[in-house]
Amino acid sequence: MSEENGASSVPNAKTSLGLKAKDFKTDQEVRWCPGCGDYAILAAVQGFMPELNIPRENVVFISGIGCSSRFPYYMNTYGMHSIHGRAPAIATGLSTSRPDLKVFVVTGDGDALSIGGNHLIHALRRNVNLTILLFNNRIYGLTKGQYSPTSEQGKITKSTPFGSLDNPFNPVSLALGAEATFVGRTLDSDRKHLTEVLRAATEHEGTSLVEIYQNCNIFNDGAFDHLKDAGEKGEWIIPLTHGEPIRFGKNGDKAVVRDADGGLSVAEGVAADDSRVVIHDAHSENPSYAFAISRLSQADSRLSPMGIFRSVERPSYDSQFRAQVTAAQATAGGDDAAFKSLLHGSDTWTVASAVS
Amino acid sequence: MSTDVQQLDRVVIRIAGDSGDGMQLTGDRFTQETATFGNDLSTQPNFPAEIRAPAGTLAGVSSFQLHFADHDILTPGDRPDVLVAMNPAALKANLADLPKGATIIVDNRDFTERALTRIGWNSNPLEDGTLDNFIVHSLDLTQLTLDALEDSGLSRKDAGRSKNMYALGLLSWMYSRPSEGTLKFLREKFAKKPEIAEANIKAFKAGWNYGETTEAFGVAYEVKPAALPSGQYRNIAGNLALAYGLIAGARQAKLPLFLGAYPITPASDILHELSKHKRFGVATFQAEDEIAGIGAALGASFGGALGVTSSSGPGIALKAETIGLAVSLELPLIICDIQRGGPSTGLPTKTEQSDLLQAMFGRNGEAPVPIVAPQSPADAFDAAIEAVRIATVYRTPVFLLSDGYIANGSEPWKLPDLSTLPDLSVEFPTEPNGEDGEFLPYLRDEQTLARPWAIPGTPGLEHRLGGIEKADKTGHISYDPDNHDFMVRIRQAKVDGIKVPDLQVDDLTGDAKVLVLGWGSTYGPIGAAVRRARLAGYSIAQAHLRHLNPFPANLGDVLAGYQKVVIPEMNLGQLALLIRGKYLVDAISVTQVRGMPFRAAELAEMLQGVLSHV
Repeated sequence: MSEENGASSVPNAKTSLGLKAKDFKTDQEVRWCPGCGDYAILAAVQGFMPELNIPRENVVFISGIGCSSRFPYYMNTYGMHSIHGRAPAIATGLSTSRPDLKVFVVTGDGDALSIGGNHLIHALRRNVNLTILLFNNRIYGLTKGQYSPTSEQGKITKSTPFGSLDNPFNPVSLALGAEATFVGRTLDSDRKHLTEVLRAATEHEGTSLVEIYQNCNIFNDGAFDHLKDAGEKGEWIIPLTHGEPIRFGKNGDKAVVRDADGGLSVAEGVAADDSRVVIHDAHSENPSYAFAISRLSQADSRLSPMGIFRSVERPSYDSQFRAQVTAAQATAGGDDAAFKSLLHGSDTWTVASAVS
Repeated sequence: MSTDVQQLDRVVIRIAGDSGDGMQLTGDRFTQETATFGNDLSTQPNFPAEIRAPAGTLAGVSSFQLHFADHDILTPGDRPDVLVAMNPAALKANLADLPKGATIIVDNRDFTERALTRIGWNSNPLEDGTLDNFIVHSLDLTQLTLDALEDSGLSRKDAGRSKNMYALGLLSWMYSRPSEGTLKFLREKFAKKPEIAEANIKAFKAGWNYGETTEAFGVAYEVKPAALPSGQYRNIAGNLALAYGLIAGARQAKLPLFLGAYPITPASDILHELSKHKRFGVATFQAEDEIAGIGAALGASFGGALGVTSSSGPGIALKAETIGLAVSLELPLIICDIQRGGPSTGLPTKTEQSDLLQAMFGRNGEAPVPIVAPQSPADAFDAAIEAVRIATVYRTPVFLLSDGYIANGSEPWKLPDLSTLPDLSVEFPTEPNGEDGEFLPYLRDEQTLARPWAIPGTPGLEHRLGGIEKADKTGHISYDPDNHDFMVRIRQAKVDGIKVPDLQVDDLTGDAKVLVLGWGSTYGPIGAAVRRARLAGYSIAQAHLRHLNPFPANLGDVLAGYQKVVIPEMNLGQLALLIRGKYLVDAISVTQVRGMPFRAAELAEMLQGVLSHV
């Protein structure tokens, strides 16, 4: 482990470990409601883990509280189901002190954005080596159906019979505001897309945040149906692929364009050679571009950019944290003699054996 | 001129001025000189929570008290024999504490009508007879300093700042202190600003010479070195000793130390200190809040480090849920609570012992946590090592319950022989422990009831932990009523069964009928009060608890051996409540919550009141 390079400090076997998806299943009965979007995400993650070729013992899933936070019990790796909102903080302590571990945080919209909002933004700004999977179903499921910080304004729920008043968070905008170095968004039911985004997120050095739209079929069923319906989804999903023009729509005539004032908007009936069409640049150093992409949903909440918004290189907090320790140890040893000298300090005196 | 040198056996000096006057620094230096000289000593800084309250106001007065003697002493002293007051507010704020006949050295520079009115004095106390009962040396310390530094090239403002060193020089002469250490310290502290270093040294020497050559100070004093047990000593403050103890404990356990903390008075010095010692494998993380501080520490413990968090009462309240998680996960974790006055923000810079019940019970559910409390600044080193022992052997969070008085106070510390520290090395399991080759994270050690500390990265031991109730042995989620009953009781049994040393009782004659029982920083005042009672001819026993959870196994027997048990505390009777509840002893609770330690004389008077009725 001489090379400190974020995610690459995790041992990645040179030869295939031959792991299968079933190796990541535990003997625990999965207890989400039948039809929950979490099943699809679990299957996708278990299916994707062998690809990483990281020994199971070097993988840790840490979660908070909520439906999604039961996730670690179903992954045959190391895991911790912690307390509400605090998973990023706990994971930070683990990741910074153990370069050989690949640490995932599994959280939900309530866990990450409400009670744990503070820890999330600080993990992101520090750029700790964590892959954060944020399951967003826009509702509180485990407490049986109150609105969440991502619920649309006016939402009628058990705790808001007259409609919710809160303006919702857009998790991607929030993460970009904290200058996260990797931000992606994907959908529970699109296994291929989910796996692609997860793969990139896992390889990223520093914090990667993936918002996963997840259907709660009990308390907020159909929240993302317009993104799943074969006939309709092309009108709403704005696909983000680095280096590609951002075009969508049934006939490919919708596009994200740069306006005269420099802002971004969605235009219809855009010609194939229209120079206003934005070429997606996930590596743009300035987070403003990715932020502008994330705000396209403001025009119509059904519009949803999907894919990798931002992926930039910045040294991870972990590597710098450990480099300070290593540098200090290289400069001056920490042996018993050094410790004794520390305890003695600069002013000591000796009391001779008692007279009389 | 010739000066008389008068022998004293003990002196209490208090130096007071504006928070910006450098009173703490002056006190520290005088303490260091005194330590080097070989007196026993005890100190107590006292400063406002405001960083720079307006100059010249009562709210802005900062002081430092030092008690030194030719014999071993236990407290920073009740009432100062000497007060150095750098301005009118410092005089007013401290005057009531002075016994008749005390010496006052006062900078008379600012005794203007305006300054006096501001602090509610209608006439000048230096002239109106207010100080008739004291020996007063009224000097224009500011002008004397400016005169001494006339040729230094410094502005008047900068030169005036050295008046604390002038005062220190004068005091050092009065009490025959060695000055080499201070001169060396000033050269090192201002290495990058040699002109400031020279100015301070010049001011110090001018103050010394003033004492030696002026008729005003006809007498210098000498307090002979104390006959302490032989060995090498240094002076140490409680937070520093605690930080060193944590490093020592981690070294003995052969574990990297990970501190997750958020700044809070009076605990921040632990974060500052540990952050300097990366070369000893110490990692420090200044978290976004108190909860993240303990969360990160617990995460590090999960990964096989010694997780530590440090805070004070309000921060501990925020950490409560995570402490509960640590109880449930059964992972080692050290929680340093440097208590201060409460409730809420309370008295951030003052001391109190009012978090005992918070440490004991401040969590949801049945969540027992062991508690270890140091009794003096130097003792914090050993207490920290003991906390590490309990945390690692029993796989449990442990409270290290110190307070502001211990944290900022200092005393001579006999340097430990590192080779005599206990071996605390930990074995992480590498093999499955189940009969069928499976790993059972909650299969307990029969002796300690501790569960295996299997860390990520160990092949074959992959397991999931959580705050939801776990099935015995397997650790799987379990809502089974009998299992929950079993798990609650076994977690309690584990903590109850922690082996701690028996309580030692100091009962010189063996015929005492009254026992004084204390814990934490009341050790000094109680000890001093007990000495006074014994000098007055009474038999009295003293015992001091280091372990508050679990209590020493012999505590019940000890209590049963006395007609009366007196428990002095800086709270409203928290230990007394526990003792009464557990042992059905009708303990006499003596309490005080002034943000200050007990005065030994008052405590002695109270004890004698009890003794005379037995």
